[in-house]
Amino acid sequence: MNKSQLIEALAKDQDLTIKNAELVVTHFFESIEEALANGQRVEIRGFGSFKVKNYHGYKGRNPKTGSIINVSQKRLPFFKVGKELKERVDV
Amino acid sequence: MALTKEKIIGTIYEKIGFSKSQSRDVVEQLLEIIKKALASEENILISGFGKFVVKRKRARRGRNPQTNKDLQLKARRVVVFKTSGVLRKKVNTGL
Repeated sequence: MNKSQLIEALAKDQDLTIKNAELVVTHFFESIEEALANGQRVEIRGFGSFKVKNYHGYKGRNPKTGSIINVSQKRLPFFKVGKELKERVDV
Repeated sequence: MALTKEKIIGTIYEKIGFSKSQSRDVVEQLLEIIKKALASEENILISGFGKFVVKRKRARRGRNPQTNKDLQLKARRVVVFKTSGVLRKKVNTGL
């Protein structure tokens, strides 16, 4: 299911115009993006939580050529599945 | 402070002009649609954000690290999230 299918399903279930359903879905994901971009945690009960993990930079090797490369410091969003979703998916 | 569902509902209320209770209903329904899809092994792909994918894990032998006892882990299904390149860039700006 992609974003536009999600918008259609929401519009149908909640009797919304496509335009309004699109606004809801867009604001929903944008709020999460914004929080993560600010390094903030996101917690949605029953669904899951997001946090940003920090990874240190390190010197690595290109396994093919053996040459040393610098892997720079990075941040990566990390999603932990919530209890309800976890149980519903694992049947 | 963590972003919570309540705050997202507040944003929907302010930006779209739905009533508080309608804002709550649409957010709850949105989450329900996503959960239902994943429960039926349908992946969720949100471009620019990332994807939620259901993976089947095979049964494997494991060990309880506390008691050191061997145990059998059953086959199960889990949800994994893969961040889109666009969001990854956003999270890394200013680093």
